[in-house]
Amino acid sequence: MTQTGTRFPAMLANLNTLLSRYGESMMWLARYMERIENLARILEVTEAFVRNADGSPGWDSILQINSDEERYATLYALPATEENILAFYITESTNPTSIRAMAHMARENARSARPLISTEMWMQLNIFTQSMMELSTPDIRRNGLSGLCNRIKQDCQTHFGVTEGTLYRDQAWLFYLLGKYLERSDQITRLIDIRYHTLLPGGEISGSQMDLTQWGAVLRSAAAYHAFRRLQPVTITPANVVGFLLKNEGFPRSLMLNLRQVESTLNALSTHYNLRHQCGPLQERIINLRATLEDQTVEEIISRGLHEYMTYIQDELGALQAEVSVTFWPIAPVMTRQTTFSPQ
Amino acid sequence: MSKPVLQSPDPSATSLSALAPAKAAAGIFAAYDTPDFFCELMRRTDDIPPALRTVRDRLAGFDLSELRHRTSTAETQLYRLGITFTVYSDREAIDRILPFDMIPRVLTALEWDHIDRGVQQRVKALNLFLRDIYHERHVLRDGIIPASLVLGNPNYCDAMVGVRVPGDVYVHINGTDLIRDSSGRFMVLEDNARTPSGVSYVIENRHMMLRLMPDLASGMPLRSVEEYGLKLHQTLCEVAPESVTDPQVVLFSPGIYNSAYFEHVFLAREMGVPLVEGRDLIVENHRVYMRTVAGLRPVHAIYRRLNDEYLDPLAFNPDSMLGVPGLVEAYRRGNVTLANALGTGVADDKAVYAYMPRLIRYYLGEDPILDSVQTHICAEPEGLAYTLANMNKLVIKPVGESGGYGLLIGSQATQTELDEFRAKLLEDPSNYISQPVIDLSVSPTLCPSGVEARHVDLRPFALTGKNTWVLPGGLSRVALRKGSLVVNSSQGGGSKDTWVMAR
Repeated sequence: MTQTGTRFPAMLANLNTLLSRYGESMMWLARYMERIENLARILEVTEAFVRNADGSPGWDSILQINSDEERYATLYALPATEENILAFYITESTNPTSIRAMAHMARENARSARPLISTEMWMQLNIFTQSMMELSTPDIRRNGLSGLCNRIKQDCQTHFGVTEGTLYRDQAWLFYLLGKYLERSDQITRLIDIRYHTLLPGGEISGSQMDLTQWGAVLRSAAAYHAFRRLQPVTITPANVVGFLLKNEGFPRSLMLNLRQVESTLNALSTHYNLRHQCGPLQERIINLRATLEDQTVEEIISRGLHEYMTYIQDELGALQAEVSVTFWPIAPVMTRQTTFSPQ
Repeated sequence: MSKPVLQSPDPSATSLSALAPAKAAAGIFAAYDTPDFFCELMRRTDDIPPALRTVRDRLAGFDLSELRHRTSTAETQLYRLGITFTVYSDREAIDRILPFDMIPRVLTALEWDHIDRGVQQRVKALNLFLRDIYHERHVLRDGIIPASLVLGNPNYCDAMVGVRVPGDVYVHINGTDLIRDSSGRFMVLEDNARTPSGVSYVIENRHMMLRLMPDLASGMPLRSVEEYGLKLHQTLCEVAPESVTDPQVVLFSPGIYNSAYFEHVFLAREMGVPLVEGRDLIVENHRVYMRTVAGLRPVHAIYRRLNDEYLDPLAFNPDSMLGVPGLVEAYRRGNVTLANALGTGVADDKAVYAYMPRLIRYYLGEDPILDSVQTHICAEPEGLAYTLANMNKLVIKPVGESGGYGLLIGSQATQTELDEFRAKLLEDPSNYISQPVIDLSVSPTLCPSGVEARHVDLRPFALTGKNTWVLPGGLSRVALRKGSLVVNSSQGGGSKDTWVMAR
């Protein structure tokens, strides 16, 4: 106690004061931005490389990997046309999986966590969201889908860069990272799944020239082509590509690397912020999930069913997200949002 | 020394003006005219204080297109920074920026000293009055103010009767609306002792000004506005329950859909405390906690930015989804401090306002430092009769409304409007007060047709913990429509940076 009776604001004594709601918003901010970036990648690769049996772009496959067939059917007629798919995934605000809707949700979460995030982050998000709100179908046609997707990717990457460079490192940052790595883990499984849906009936992965081109496209869409080349200079085989995307430990979007990041983020929360009790069950869950990836070769995964394994991973990540919610923000839900992890 | 800043105006303008004042005022002010009103920058005669003369002469050197360019840059930045408020129409909510005028409103050191002392005196009286009416009620027994006006006031809070608050402070954050009449005399237009807003614009306007008009501000002895967040946090720590040594302060906001959410975020950030919503708080055993990722953590002082009736569904409006059940009882037991206290609305009521000069004399034994506007209380027969007889010369205001809603400016009303208002007035006289129209002062403002005179007011902000501190300057609001006297942001008002000169 000081002589004058002057009281000073709480400092170190209150390390654990991250509001639950902030934790949740930070996590979803990262997830939505990561998801937008991935959707842009998937749209781009579909236009360029994914083909139906008759050679037309396989727009249906996007609906399948995102489990959006039903919602799409309520808005547009099937089979999917390019024009409708682009409207559905880019400008349709009533579709929660559109880029416009997700940009809105990212901003609403950022607005909710505005007291914590940097002004630079907020400003960049405002500009990005505004440009997504103003986007019209003619704009897409005029500038080309590829140009638009590139711009969106770049805006998302700018967001991640600004965040990395300006966000204060405390629990809020760790929840942000948790969201980002969980989303990346989920998204890489969907990107791999895109190939599953264009396989011929029978489900075998073939080594045809067409097939290889498409696997190359998947690699490019994940910005993985060059890294893959450095490791596998001789040939692209489907097993090599899938193995790289799932198990490589140096590629920033691989499943393995992101599961490890989820784990280390949980470790940091546990030890630096005295959240051992809360993090224990979550750590156990992620370790088990990682073990399923470590204990199988990629050939084993493919022969047991690649799509089934991707679905299993998505379910497990969904369960982990649900447990994070119950653990850290048990009562009050923040904002209405879609359930994200249920491919059924 | 740092590098020289951009210098479009002539840096020697100051000394030039001393030699040739008549010439120096031309430039963008060449067509400027202020008939009948007191001008904040030009005054009306040659007795311009030196500090203002420098600003005026530097400004004169700008050209209009340059000022317009900087204004549009400022507005883009405000949108991008999300410095917006939300306007609700029937169907939608629109994010708007508060229009920002590049020409600052300047107060001399002498003028500020007067305002500073006047505001402090007024806040002191408000706090003494509130303590009195919730405890001994001397003021009512001594017949200084009618008991019915206080105890029958819708804002009088029965839950506060007999409740002691730390330091006997009720109004921790106060905004005093000041205007200037045609002679330049400052007058209090109203007190805002509930949850006054606008302070974030004071600070953001200064940032904007220093970014976009460095050449205008360069070398000026401006009083800083940076300290507000720190002082606010200190104030809240000072009034936290006495048993707590390291009080946890939070800012309690209605949430992201509130029109002032930007300001709530701003203040939480400036203080470095969590911004909470009702769902983030919980009361257990009459103590308040916030929900964190590590579980419940105690809360000791709450800067609440929602009105009394929404705070606690158990105590007030049972339908409030924004509030925290049990908060009021926790407060009454002294386990948490609310800032401002409950029930302060009775003190800033427009009818009580009429008694403020008497209340200042009663509690402090001093004459009011700041004048008030002569006020007729329509609840009183003489007041009503006078108001009805002079409608076209008066401003008539509903006592419960804020934000410039529902008032009538007699001189600007049509006969139909006057007739309609007369009917409303007769139906519920006690809901109204009337005041003479004050010729609000004007300030040069960048308008579509050039630099023109527009009416301004001033809202200084005072913080009271152990002592009272007034943020130098305050929010200068400007009525952007020609001839308009209504400066509220919801009614087409904008704002200016307010410069208080240190000397």
